[in-house]
Amino acid sequence: MPSRRAEMKNKRSLFAVPYVVWMALFVVIPILIMVWYAFTTAESGGTLDNFAQMGTYASVFLRSFRLAAVATLVCLLIGYPVSYWMAREGAGFQRVAMALIMLPMWMNFLLRTYSWMSILENNGLLNQLFRNIGLISLVNRLTGSELQYFPMIGTSGAVVLGMVYNYLPFMILPVYSVIVKLDHSLLEAAQDLGANSARVFRKVILPLSLPGVLSGVTMVFVPSVSTFAISRLLGGGTQMMLGDLIEQQFLGGAYNPHLGAAISLVMMVIVVVCMVVMNHFGEGEEQAVML
Amino acid sequence: MSKKLISLADCCMAFDGELVLDHINLYINDSEFLTLLGPSGCGKTTTLRIIGGFLTPTSGEVMFDGVRINDIPPYLRQVNTVFQRYALFPHLNVFENVAFGLRIPKTEGEGRSRKKVKLPEEEIHQRVLEMLEVVSLKGFEHRRVTELSGGQQQRVAIARALVNRPKVLLLDEPLGALDLRLRKDMQNELKRIQQQLGITFIYVTHDQEEALAMSDTIVIMDQGRIQQIGSPEDVYNEPKNAFVADFIGESNILDGIMHEDYVVEFFNRKFKCLDKGFAPMEPVDVVIRPEDVDIVPKDKGQLKGIVTGVTFKGVHYDTIVDFKGFKWLIQTTDYHPEGETIGIILNPDDIHIMHKSQYSGMFGDYSSYSEEYEELEDALQEGGDEE
Repeated sequence: MPSRRAEMKNKRSLFAVPYVVWMALFVVIPILIMVWYAFTTAESGGTLDNFAQMGTYASVFLRSFRLAAVATLVCLLIGYPVSYWMAREGAGFQRVAMALIMLPMWMNFLLRTYSWMSILENNGLLNQLFRNIGLISLVNRLTGSELQYFPMIGTSGAVVLGMVYNYLPFMILPVYSVIVKLDHSLLEAAQDLGANSARVFRKVILPLSLPGVLSGVTMVFVPSVSTFAISRLLGGGTQMMLGDLIEQQFLGGAYNPHLGAAISLVMMVIVVVCMVVMNHFGEGEEQAVML
Repeated sequence: MSKKLISLADCCMAFDGELVLDHINLYINDSEFLTLLGPSGCGKTTTLRIIGGFLTPTSGEVMFDGVRINDIPPYLRQVNTVFQRYALFPHLNVFENVAFGLRIPKTEGEGRSRKKVKLPEEEIHQRVLEMLEVVSLKGFEHRRVTELSGGQQQRVAIARALVNRPKVLLLDEPLGALDLRLRKDMQNELKRIQQQLGITFIYVTHDQEEALAMSDTIVIMDQGRIQQIGSPEDVYNEPKNAFVADFIGESNILDGIMHEDYVVEFFNRKFKCLDKGFAPMEPVDVVIRPEDVDIVPKDKGQLKGIVTGVTFKGVHYDTIVDFKGFKWLIQTTDYHPEGETIGIILNPDDIHIMHKSQYSGMFGDYSSYSEEYEELEDALQEGGDEE
C-alpha cells in the first residue's frame, strides 16, 4: 500500500499531466514525424536520398549560418555595451530603458519587418531622405556613378539589419540581468588589488558576465539561423536562407516535405551541436544561465 | 618605528548634503594595529573607504607617507583591503584569487625609463604559496572559493590582500560574518599575522571586545566625529565622555560636582578621587565601572542600596542595585539576593571624572537594564549589515 506521502506525490504529479501531454503531442510526436519523413521519400521507405540531395543547397546553409553569425555578433557588439551602461545607471532609468527596449516587441514582428521594407525600399523613406539632402547626387559626383537610389533592400545587409532589430532584446535582457547582479564589491576588490578600469573589465566583469553572453548568443543565433520571413521580405528573394528553403518544401512550389524534413533535421542537429560546444566552453567560468 | 604613515587632516564627508564625517583629524603610525570602533553609521567605514581610495573626502587632506593622495585612485595606492563579505572572485580558484594582484604589471621608473614590469611566474607561484601558508591554507590552491567555509574564505581574502606586500592593510569588519568561536580564533590569527609581517592594520569594527583584544590604538567614533583616541587601556580606564564610557564596557555614569582637585561630590557625599584640573564646583560626569565596586555589609558602606535584580553570568553576577532611585550595575562574584540591602565602598581609583558633554545623561543608568541588553543585541545585528 502506498504511503500517504507517496500518494500526495502522485496527486501532485497529476498537475504536470497537461504539460506532458502537450509536449508529447506538439514536440515529441512532430519530431518523430519529421525524422520519419526525412528518411523516406514519396516512392521508397528507408532511404538517405533526401540527405544526398542536400548538397545542392550548401550555399543556403552557408548563407544562413554566416548571416546568423553576423547578426549575433552585431547584437553582441550593440547589446553588451547597452546592457553594461544600463546596469550602472539608477533604478528608475533602468526601468524606463527596459520598457523602451521591450516596447517594439509588443508589436507583431511581421509588421515590424514590413515597416523596415518601406524604410529601405528603393523609393522608400531612407532613399527619399538621401535624395532630398543631396547625398545621392553627391556620391554620384564623387564616384562618377549614376545612382538613382542606394540599393539597400535585397542585400544581405538588410537581412542582417532585420534580424538585429528583431532579436536585439534577446541579447540585452540576459546580459543586462547578469551584469546588474554583479557584486559591486568585486569590482572594488579588483581596483584595490591594483587593476585599472580596463583590467577590472577584462578580468572580472567580462568573465562573470559570460553566462549572460552565452544565453544571449543562443537566443539570437538560433532564431536567426531558422528565420524565413525577414530574409524573404528584406532580402528580396536573393538572400534565401534555411527557413525559406524549408518553407518552400512544405508550402511553396518546390513541394517536397521529405526533403524539407531532412533539411530541418540537419539544421537542428547543427544548432544543437553549436550550443553544446558553446556551453561547454563557458562551463569553466561559471554555470551557464540557460534561459 | 612610530613614524606617521597616514594622516587625515580636517576631513569632512557629505552624502547628499548630509555630513557623515565631521572634521576628522587622525594619524596612523607605521606598523601599528589601529581600530576604528563605533556603532553603525558612526562613519568608521567611510573613513576606511577614504583611506582605501573608494571615496574622496568633501574637504580636508589625506596624506600617505608625506604625499597628498586625495585624488589617487585605489589601484595606485599602496593599500589593500579585506572586504566585509570578502569579495572573492567566484570565477577564480584560491590560487588565482591570491595571485590576482601579483599578475598585474606594475609601472616602474620615472619619466623616460618608465616601463611596465611583470612578475615572473615562478615568483608569483612562490609568493602565493608562501602567503597561503601564512594564513594556514596550504594545499587549498586549486579549490574553488565557493566551496570554502566562511573562515577559509576570510583567510583567502587576507592572503589576497597581503600577498601584494601593502604598507597598510584595511579590514572592514572582516570577522562580522563568522560565528563566535571562529571569530576568537581569527582575532588571534590576525594579530599574529600583523606582528609577523609588521604591516600597519586599520581595522573597522563595532565590537568593543574585538577592539580591546587586538588593537594598539583604538579610535572611537560616533556621529561622524572622533570621540577618543587612545590605547585599549586608556579608553577603558580614562574614557573622555559618557559615550565612550558606555560603548567600551559597562559603566555607571552619575552626575557629580568637582569641589576641588581630588574631591568629587555625588549622592550628596564627597568622595576622594585621582582627578584634577577641573574648575571649582564644575558639574561633571562620574564613571564607576561595575567590576570596581566593593560590596560590604550595609552599615559599613559609604552608600547604601537595595538589590533589585540578579543575573548569573558565569564568572560573576550582574547585580542591579538601587541607590535612591538611581540604579547601578555591580559585577560581583558573591551572590546577593534580590531585596537585600547592601553597602558599597568606592576607592579613589574606582572613580573616574569626565567633563560634561553632549552625551551626558544619555548613558550609564541601569533602570531599564533588560531593555539595554536587547538594544545591544540589535546594535550587533545591525552592525553586521552595515555597508
